[in-house]
Amino acid sequence: MSEGDIVQDFLVESSENLDRLDRDLVGLEKNPHDQEALAGVFRTIHTIKGTCGFLGFSKLEKVAHVGENLLTRLRDRQLTLNPEITTALLNMVDAIRQMLSEIKSTGTDGETDYAELREALTRLLSPASVGSAQPSLPSAAGSQTLPLQEQLPAPPPAAGETVSADSPETREKVVDPAVESRKKNSDSRRKPTKGKIGGVLVERGHAQPADIAMALEEQDRGDRRRLGEILVALGLAKPEDVVAAQQVMESKPRETGPETIRVGVNLLDKLMTLVGELVLSRNQLLQLANTLKGSGLQAVSQRLNLIVTELQEEVMKTRMQPIGNIWGQFPRTVRDVALGCGKQVNIEMQGKETELDKTVIEAIKDPLTHLVRNSVDHGIELPEERARRGKDQTGRLVLRAFHEGGQVNIEISDDGAGLSEHRIRQKAIERGVITADQAARMTEREIFNLIFLPGFSTAQKVTNVSGRGVGMDVVKTNVEKIGGTVDLQSTAGQGSTVRLKIPLTLAIIPALVVTCSGERYAIPQVNLLELVRLESQQTQTSIEMVHGVPVYRLRGRLLPLVYLSRALQLAENHEGTSNSAINIVVLQADDRQFGLVVDRINDTEEIVVKPLRKQLKTIKTFAGASVMGDGRVALILDVIGLAQKASVVTETHDRALAEKATGEAQKAESTQTFLLFTGPGGSRMAIPLDALARLEVFPVAQVEMSGRQWVTQYRGQILPLVRLNLVLEERRRRLQGSPSPPEPGTALQVLVLNHEGQTFGLVVEHIVDIIEDMATVKSPATRKSVLYSVVIGERVTEILDIPAILRESGSVLSSAAAIAKAEVAN
Amino acid sequence: MAQQFCTFYLDKLLFGVELKSVQEVIRTLDVTQVPLAPRVVSGLINLRGQIVTAIDLRGRLELSARPPDALPMNVVIRSEDGAVSFLVDQIGDVVEVEDNTFEPAPEMLRASLRAMILGVHKLNDRLMHVLHTEKACQMTEAADAATAGV
Repeated sequence: MSEGDIVQDFLVESSENLDRLDRDLVGLEKNPHDQEALAGVFRTIHTIKGTCGFLGFSKLEKVAHVGENLLTRLRDRQLTLNPEITTALLNMVDAIRQMLSEIKSTGTDGETDYAELREALTRLLSPASVGSAQPSLPSAAGSQTLPLQEQLPAPPPAAGETVSADSPETREKVVDPAVESRKKNSDSRRKPTKGKIGGVLVERGHAQPADIAMALEEQDRGDRRRLGEILVALGLAKPEDVVAAQQVMESKPRETGPETIRVGVNLLDKLMTLVGELVLSRNQLLQLANTLKGSGLQAVSQRLNLIVTELQEEVMKTRMQPIGNIWGQFPRTVRDVALGCGKQVNIEMQGKETELDKTVIEAIKDPLTHLVRNSVDHGIELPEERARRGKDQTGRLVLRAFHEGGQVNIEISDDGAGLSEHRIRQKAIERGVITADQAARMTEREIFNLIFLPGFSTAQKVTNVSGRGVGMDVVKTNVEKIGGTVDLQSTAGQGSTVRLKIPLTLAIIPALVVTCSGERYAIPQVNLLELVRLESQQTQTSIEMVHGVPVYRLRGRLLPLVYLSRALQLAENHEGTSNSAINIVVLQADDRQFGLVVDRINDTEEIVVKPLRKQLKTIKTFAGASVMGDGRVALILDVIGLAQKASVVTETHDRALAEKATGEAQKAESTQTFLLFTGPGGSRMAIPLDALARLEVFPVAQVEMSGRQWVTQYRGQILPLVRLNLVLEERRRRLQGSPSPPEPGTALQVLVLNHEGQTFGLVVEHIVDIIEDMATVKSPATRKSVLYSVVIGERVTEILDIPAILRESGSVLSSAAAIAKAEVAN
Repeated sequence: MAQQFCTFYLDKLLFGVELKSVQEVIRTLDVTQVPLAPRVVSGLINLRGQIVTAIDLRGRLELSARPPDALPMNVVIRSEDGAVSFLVDQIGDVVEVEDNTFEPAPEMLRASLRAMILGVHKLNDRLMHVLHTEKACQMTEAADAATAGV
């Protein structure tokens, strides 16, 4: 190992340790008697001091040295931690961090000698200078505090010394503390204490300290037996107690390093790229194998498929980091900000272990920091005010992270004053962000989300932390850049919650692939709202013009249309115009929706995102490129960039806000939308569209019988298929005796429905249309499972009652589910 | 000091790029066009899973367009910003030249080209233009305007 490597290791290790120090110190301030944390802090500083002395960084060593002196006093209870000492120690951590970064860039520990800091630390050493300092505890009380005194520093790693975990009990654990403290400074070669069986025995009252000291002396005299054995042999402890103590020790986490190795981020990135390429080759192979049916190739490629999928997941995992990694610094941030504005704040974290991709973690670090500072600075009130409002003087800041629907939710909640709807409304009108008229129509929630607009701050006064009106909009922009969303909820007087929804990873994303003028384009699924297909006879009438701008009435609202071929200045595909069907991809860009007209919609696919090189970086319409299954490259559309290019999104938020307001209003009175289809015997039926998850066509070959139930495998699950003719009453009576497999050679048109968490397929004859306008002619249902009948397009149509259908086929479904489970288990 | 060049032809002219900057030479690949891109960017190619920008070197060097039926070759260059592919008419030999055969480009050469063409090596039977690969990869506005004018 060269000296360069040693320095490198030292830097990496120290900076990780320093992050923990911040956390530990702030924790200690709350609970000054947490000896374990104190010992940890001491150990870290001691290690840094030792190593940098060895490497010749004398300035760093000096600072660490005075810090260590102070920590020694604290550890030996000659001093008690108070805010003043904590601040000094945190300053020391900052100074060390500063010097480490100096070492990293220049190789020396810099010019500053931090005389002032050292002086401050030295001054704090004498209890007299600290008003609140307490006299050290008498060491006669030793037997209670005994095992805790002995957290001795680990040797610096650079010294190359290894410590074996099963080394015999070393004596310092249990010796009389008075003797210990005398010896402390002379004996620097001590090994760290591992597995303190003596301590455990004393703690549990199964042995006397003096007895253990005696046993340790035995060991010193050359007895190679383990401490427990000696104690038992001497009759000083019962064997079962020793065994119990051993079990306690084993259940404690070992201090030896975890089963991990350091791997360079570059290597992980490279691995990720290679796996991405492997995924693409796999896709190509699968396509090829499908054309060569009957050969052994298919089986092999299937197996390869499974392995590659698994490999991809595992490699993705290597890049995942717990969100706790960035939260770790927040206790310190909160403490500093709170101290700065005279507040008391407790920070709580839930879901620290929630994992996110490394790139995502990096991208949300700054937004999160800003939100946390904001909460402390603006959200939580001063202690007096909190007391006046009958709240606990100490404010509460809760960070919560959890997975939901393939995304990570992060919440930052405080129990502070909350936002004043009135004040934001006023400010927004004052600043000309919205008009008074608009303001009157906006909901509370919309008003709150105004604070994410640029240049908007309601802070009564500007502090050096926040309140300058930059920030919240930056938070929003940064989060949206990585495909996330921000939402804010607040109750005046009770606090606010900011919720971020963040994608797990950016490297591989689900996307919709479309074709336009002969080339394929991928549209990230996060931007996708829905797909609309207009048949040729409809296109003439349903696409209207607003002074040359094409629009489509989507459920009563005008959706501006962007023709992809025109936006990209592609050669117009003449098949795609006027008299054939039109495909509209409804997209969300910022807070606006627009329809993108494409020639063809292919499918959804998981794509590997590759950035564009500098030659093409300037084109805002594309977010990147990806290699498709057939080996060709497809461009990934940047929906926001495209919307800007087509001027769908403009600088004024005016319209979007106005639209939101009217949209909400419309929603309240809007009519329901129905999917129209023909059921058994060609009768017209319809279901509410919001119950529909997807439309699928299954070849009959894929339908299996599970008892009397038709089932099929669908997205890794077993999907029960409900046949309408069995459910609808009078027909069921006729057919009940003969559950038969479907006629071979045909395909089933299936509506995949989702009702209260239950997914099932409804087999129908033929899908007709989606209708929006509700006919007024209603007549009550003539049979079960039907809500009522209406006249649509001059034909009587039955509106199906989905819960009733589920109830009707309920017994069948549950038995099918049970069988499915059993099958899976087998 | 002897230097090795990978040579290729563009509109009957012989060009050379330093051999050590060439990653590989491959036959025509399927090119995906990039709408709205500078005209000299032919598109994107899939080089074993890596997406590489293909630059039409004829366009970049302000030469006449390649006949539509002629299939170009790809000379893949290692640039500062990753691999870039130059589309050329035909690949020549690898030649080894001495410094003393080099001469800077004549002053009369257009300024936009002088940045890319460092000079020529006088070979026995013809002149080999020495191409500055990094400059040729850069999409300056001038290059854009120049090609737009062709």
